[in-house]
Amino acid sequence: MSSTVATPAPPFSPTRDAWRRFRRHHLALAGLFVLVLLVLSVLLGPLLWRLAINDIDFAAQLKPPTLGHPFGTDDLGQDILARLIYGGRISLAVGLASMVVAVVVGILVGATAGMSRGRVDTALMWLTDLFLSLPQLPLLLLISYLFRDSLKTLIGPEGGVFVMIVVVIGGLRWMPVARLVRAQFLSLREKEFVEAARALGASRRRLVVRHILPNALGPVIVAATIDVANAILAESTLSFLGLGFPPDIPTWGRVLFDAKDYLDVAPYWALFPGSLIFLAVLSINFVGDGLRDALDPRRVL
Amino acid sequence: MSIAFLIRRILNAIPSLLGISVVLFTVLALAPGDPFGELVTNPNVPAEVRLALRAKFGLDDPVYIRYFRWISAMVQGDWGFSFVSRVNVDTLILQRVPTTIAVIGASQILAILIAIPVGVLAAARPYSLFDQIANTIAFIGFSLPTFFTGLLLILVFSVQLDWLPFVFTTEIRGTGWAWVWAYVRQSIMPVTVLGLFQGAALVRYVRSSVLEVIKLDFVTTARSKGIGERKVLVLHVVRNALIPVVTLVALQMPIVFGGAIVTEQIFRVPGIGSLLISAMLANDTPVIMGVTFVFSCLVVFFNLVADILYGWLDPRIALR
Repeated sequence: MSSTVATPAPPFSPTRDAWRRFRRHHLALAGLFVLVLLVLSVLLGPLLWRLAINDIDFAAQLKPPTLGHPFGTDDLGQDILARLIYGGRISLAVGLASMVVAVVVGILVGATAGMSRGRVDTALMWLTDLFLSLPQLPLLLLISYLFRDSLKTLIGPEGGVFVMIVVVIGGLRWMPVARLVRAQFLSLREKEFVEAARALGASRRRLVVRHILPNALGPVIVAATIDVANAILAESTLSFLGLGFPPDIPTWGRVLFDAKDYLDVAPYWALFPGSLIFLAVLSINFVGDGLRDALDPRRVL
Repeated sequence: MSIAFLIRRILNAIPSLLGISVVLFTVLALAPGDPFGELVTNPNVPAEVRLALRAKFGLDDPVYIRYFRWISAMVQGDWGFSFVSRVNVDTLILQRVPTTIAVIGASQILAILIAIPVGVLAAARPYSLFDQIANTIAFIGFSLPTFFTGLLLILVFSVQLDWLPFVFTTEIRGTGWAWVWAYVRQSIMPVTVLGLFQGAALVRYVRSSVLEVIKLDFVTTARSKGIGERKVLVLHVVRNALIPVVTLVALQMPIVFGGAIVTEQIFRVPGIGSLLISAMLANDTPVIMGVTFVFSCLVVFFNLVADILYGWLDPRIALR
């Protein structure tokens, strides 16, 4: 009690308030910790673990984890740890980039629909509903199947597949964001502070960018976080089905695809990438849940 | 629920089906590659023959004419011919649809059987120990990718314990109960994988839906009349809380199909999901288009079912 009296209360700030509420969610905090750990290890890992990802060594085929190869080796004697560090960069980057695509498209569609009543709004919402009723994975597989080869020759094997997967995953996941943004816009644009800004002569563009959008972002940030997890899952699924990244780009899903036929002799090969996907997705989902608590002060539950 | 409501909903489904077909066709039309591509490099085929073939199959027509030709062929059931298995695409798909529907149906039932009791109990005592455990397990459940759970189950129950077969087969020898038992045994793992994933997602919906209803006035009224807590929960709360859940089950169908493709591929279940993957690996475009179209139709169909069920369960919706 005495300590709270002694130190003056820090000035109120929404960020600090949100962080205080986020901290109360222990699982979210743990998720954030695991996530930071994962990101740091895929970014800094290659500095510490210098084995090449494609160093073929037939003397060390399918070796279970040892000191020399902490995660074991695959059927070509390649070091699984090195491959997972490299692939983790791609898996996490795909998740992040697809989220950015989805959020940008979602905000554009939602904001346009929310600001313009009438026909434009109806048309955009019809489009959103249409995209929501598309079968996601079959379409993802179809586009990947049809466009993979030509993009590979156009941009190069690594970049081509990356761009395609990011655009397709992002392009099939913007709808929840668009709906959220539109709903927020519809209620915010009638609020007094927006009316005040309008009375002061703010342009429509300024109204959206300075007054409405920042206030609509809370739920969007939550949805964006969950989107990262979903995009990582989608990429892993695609690669796991053999229709994502090629074998020389060992994303976590791709390593799992290569490992699945060796379950009986080398179960560790599948367990490591699978656990990493699971850990990444779980911690992101927990962080999203914590953000939901943190960014929505009105929520009483 | 009136007939007018029913008809209105069915008519509403047609534009979305057409919209989906336009999306599919656009993807196909934008795709590089030409069905007669290999003729270009074949020196034995003169250029005139190639051009004549293109004209004959209408590849040089404007894109909207090609779309109308394609959609009318699809509607008439002329789905083309599988390059690989030399069978009509529609017969190939029809052979496989029942397996997929059976696996998805069984896993949905499993998901509902898990999600409703757990979700209701969690919401009956929010923030209790049970609620927190259920919530954490649900998070783990839908963060575990289906392909990883599938491999884990195979690892434990097929490789280590050798209890269950990990390859699904339609050619089971034996008759009567032995046949049924063999069929059930090989279905356990695929159905569990899909069901647990769906169930985990549903638990949270059931919980929040029950929490919404439980604070309404009619529940307080029921309690103040002296009706027992269990009876209030089952007869008053759950009945009303499940209405939005029914819709959610149907709206989750696109995700369920995604999961079904993965599980069918892992356990080699001969459904349309594994047909899609094998067709893609074999460049069998007519089959790929057919299966994608079937998935789209199924999604639209389940959305329609959700709408109609919602109107039936909650008459206020149908009046609008």
